[in-house]
Amino acid sequence: MTNQYEVVIGLEVHVELKTQTKLFCGCANGFGQDPNSQTCPVCLGMPGVLPVLNGEAVALATRAALALHCTVNSYSKFDRKQYFYPDLPKAYQISQYDQPLAENGHVTIHTAAGKRNIGIERIHMEEDAGKLNHLGQRLGDAEGSLVDLNRAGVPLIEIVSRPEMHSPEEARQYLVELRTILSYLDISDLRMEEGSMRCDANVSLRPLDFTGSLADLPRVEIKNVNSFRNVQRGIEFEINRQRQMLQTGQRIIKETRGFDDASGSTYSQRSKEEANDYRYFPEPDLPPLVLTEKWLKEQREALPQLPDELRQSLAERGVAERDAEVLVQDVNLYHYWSQVVALVSDARLVTNWLLSDYSRLMNANNLSFAEPKVSAHGLASLLSLITAGTLSGKMAKEVLETMFDTGETAEAVVKRLGLSQITDHNAIKEIVSAVVAANPAVVQDFVSGKEKALTFLVGQVMKQTKGQAKPDLVNALLREVLATYA
Amino acid sequence: MGTIDWDAVQTADQVQRGEISAAECVEAALSRIDNTNPTVHAFLHVDADRALARARFMDHNLTRETKANLPLAGVPVAIKDNMVTTDMPTTAGSKILEGFRSPYNATVVELLEQAGAIIVGKTNMDEFAMGSSTEHSAYGVTRNPWDLTRVPGGSSGGSAAAVAARMVPLALGSDTGGSIRLPASYCGVFGIKPTYGRVSRYGLIAYASSLDQIGPLARSVRDLSRTLHLIARHDAKDATSLDANTILEAPIPTALQSLRIGLPEEYFGEGIDVRVRTVIEKTLDRLRESGVDLIPISLPHTRYAIATYYLIAPAEASSNLSRYDGVRYGLRVVGDDLIHMYQNTRQEGFGPEVKRRILLGTHALSAGYYDAYYLKAQKVRTLIRQDFDNAFEKVDLIVTPTVADLPFKLGERDLDPLQMYLTDIFTVTTNLAGLPGLSQPIGLVDGLPVGLQWMGPPLAEDRVLSAASALEAILPSPEWPLSGGIQ
Repeated sequence: MTNQYEVVIGLEVHVELKTQTKLFCGCANGFGQDPNSQTCPVCLGMPGVLPVLNGEAVALATRAALALHCTVNSYSKFDRKQYFYPDLPKAYQISQYDQPLAENGHVTIHTAAGKRNIGIERIHMEEDAGKLNHLGQRLGDAEGSLVDLNRAGVPLIEIVSRPEMHSPEEARQYLVELRTILSYLDISDLRMEEGSMRCDANVSLRPLDFTGSLADLPRVEIKNVNSFRNVQRGIEFEINRQRQMLQTGQRIIKETRGFDDASGSTYSQRSKEEANDYRYFPEPDLPPLVLTEKWLKEQREALPQLPDELRQSLAERGVAERDAEVLVQDVNLYHYWSQVVALVSDARLVTNWLLSDYSRLMNANNLSFAEPKVSAHGLASLLSLITAGTLSGKMAKEVLETMFDTGETAEAVVKRLGLSQITDHNAIKEIVSAVVAANPAVVQDFVSGKEKALTFLVGQVMKQTKGQAKPDLVNALLREVLATYA
Repeated sequence: MGTIDWDAVQTADQVQRGEISAAECVEAALSRIDNTNPTVHAFLHVDADRALARARFMDHNLTRETKANLPLAGVPVAIKDNMVTTDMPTTAGSKILEGFRSPYNATVVELLEQAGAIIVGKTNMDEFAMGSSTEHSAYGVTRNPWDLTRVPGGSSGGSAAAVAARMVPLALGSDTGGSIRLPASYCGVFGIKPTYGRVSRYGLIAYASSLDQIGPLARSVRDLSRTLHLIARHDAKDATSLDANTILEAPIPTALQSLRIGLPEEYFGEGIDVRVRTVIEKTLDRLRESGVDLIPISLPHTRYAIATYYLIAPAEASSNLSRYDGVRYGLRVVGDDLIHMYQNTRQEGFGPEVKRRILLGTHALSAGYYDAYYLKAQKVRTLIRQDFDNAFEKVDLIVTPTVADLPFKLGERDLDPLQMYLTDIFTVTTNLAGLPGLSQPIGLVDGLPVGLQWMGPPLAEDRVLSAASALEAILPSPEWPLSGGIQ
């Protein structure tokens, strides 16, 4: 028996689709409404109701599958997964069991060892369950529970990875890249904290001398993790727990474990031995889902540019890899960036401004680029003033802050504060000459080779012009005047 | 002859022409119900006030032109209690739905009312349509109007008995393994199970979703045609609903001799009551005399049909009935915790036959048994369907007895579920194959009705109805029981 283990991680990610209506009825699909206000006989599971598949949900699920490089099956079917729970009105969930919508995709992650594809085994569609609000601490000792079925019937896709990640960091990278790709499709809110994206992690340790099937390894599923950070923490904890058990000769049991945020640990919920037999069988109320070549082609053509493509085009435009990554990972920021770049063609200038000053202001005010405080057009005007030489970088920063606070245009702020840069050659030369004359000692230092002395002289000129002189002009003129002292 | 003797077409014609008011038709039906229902117990619920109010509204507010566009103007109709209604309770014959009121109407209910029909009440049935005798209702048995000591057949026994006893000319039933045709045969009325997907199941409380189909029971073939013409429509609320040609409003006159009619040997073997056999043979002779070519055929997988049916139907039922959990509606029996609430509710709410089928179905779908039972049954189902495909290459229609025996005595098969299951042996095949099947009364023996079953290819309702109508024309007019009412 070896003490060496390979970590094996597989992730199951549920994503709520942002459709107008639920998966099998006409109820609105929205978050945060009054309990049971978004329900009808169908999603309440009243006697006699029947499901009708929402075509929009199929389209969104298909786009996700295509973006994740899956093969979309032209024939798939729905099945009933059966268990009793008060949040599941029909006592079965309509899901897809043995013939899912899509299979065999991948997500590319970037590790120290280079790029690696993490396989996606399958993507299937299913309906969400409702929510229980327990009156009391736990269901067991609660005085009662209130059932809210607004979420019952909301369309989900479940994205099942292959067990091909080998560290918590790889799992995190997979999740980040998965979310990034999906964010460009605009098919989901992708909010872990609201449950529109949920992740269960399967973790096992493979002894290096184990040559059997991975499916035979005892696997622990971590559920109820509400952030990427916690997925990583949960996996880390689980790896250590399992390693310690194995090293002290204990047997790992196949089980489902919860994650406790406060302690960063996992705890046993139920062992798989006592797990439900879901008695899956084909849903007789829904005909099989048949997708035509023509329809699939339309979905493929409706795909937007995806992160990998965007990274490449950013690199071609001279955006540094690190900056490109920041841009690509926030779809709203990226869209904002493209709008500004369409108006100001200097991609690097736009990137620098967006990722430093503007992002700082947005973050300080807790704002998202989904609703930018200064429009792309507004920022573009400001940046144009820089490229035209009207504003120095420093002045532009001040103008941006004012624009951010008051909502004025760049031009209006410049005009109101009298903030245009002095570009008049003669005017600056006069001030330069005066500064040189007033600082003979410093001039002497410069002449004797102290380059730093120039900075002091530039500072003096800028001070006299209240920062409005164009710095490169000041520099050039100073050198010109100082040359006469040499 | 009073209005209760009229069929639905005649009733609607008279109301449309203003010869009689809708209220008079409804009053006559209600009075017949008052007289016969306490004994027959066909209805679980009668809403006289609502029915009369709707009839009077029609009489006072609708012009003759408007009424002329209502194919069922003023026709009193009964609805099996597994079709949901907002204005009346819906129990599906089960205690677990006692007092339940649906927030929506079944599509068929809407369609009938739009066509001018006046729904007078909801009829008794075997609990959740599981049974062949209407004895498995939580609300008491229905009696056969021909012999009050016998069963009316099931599960749509209430609807069949109501039509036979002339409480109403027309009723809706549902048929999963024979539940329209069997009671139609036992009660001596006409009943048709359409092609699967013909009539919307939206609002039909599901028993076995892949087999359930709604259809009418009536005292004439033309009533079946007119009703199907109205209710066999595509419904966007039912994903299994077909978008096919509409069934003709009246059967087209057909020369019987133009039809090739198949007689499957498997349906004429041993086990058929000799009295039934005699009446069937006499009818077949009539057909031959009319020049019909009766062709012997074989449907070799018939013998697996009951076994197949009793795997698929309970499997789907075990799933469909899971929603009755005491959480949202219907009966709730409290318990110490959630699991005990579920157990107590379902223990008290379901009757023994329903529990038996839930157990059967749960077992058939369990891990380790699925392939051997459910999956195998689905494969046999395909073979049964292929039997019919092959047969309909040689013949236009198939004729069989609807049921092998005469209505049995109440309580006679209580202790022998298997014997009860075999009652459906000639009817389950069309459900498994999704085909239309019609039961036609062809005469009495020992004062009890005998039914003949017509089976046709998918969507061939018009052909089935035409043939039945042609046979109806050459048979003596059927008789109806309880002519003097019940003293």
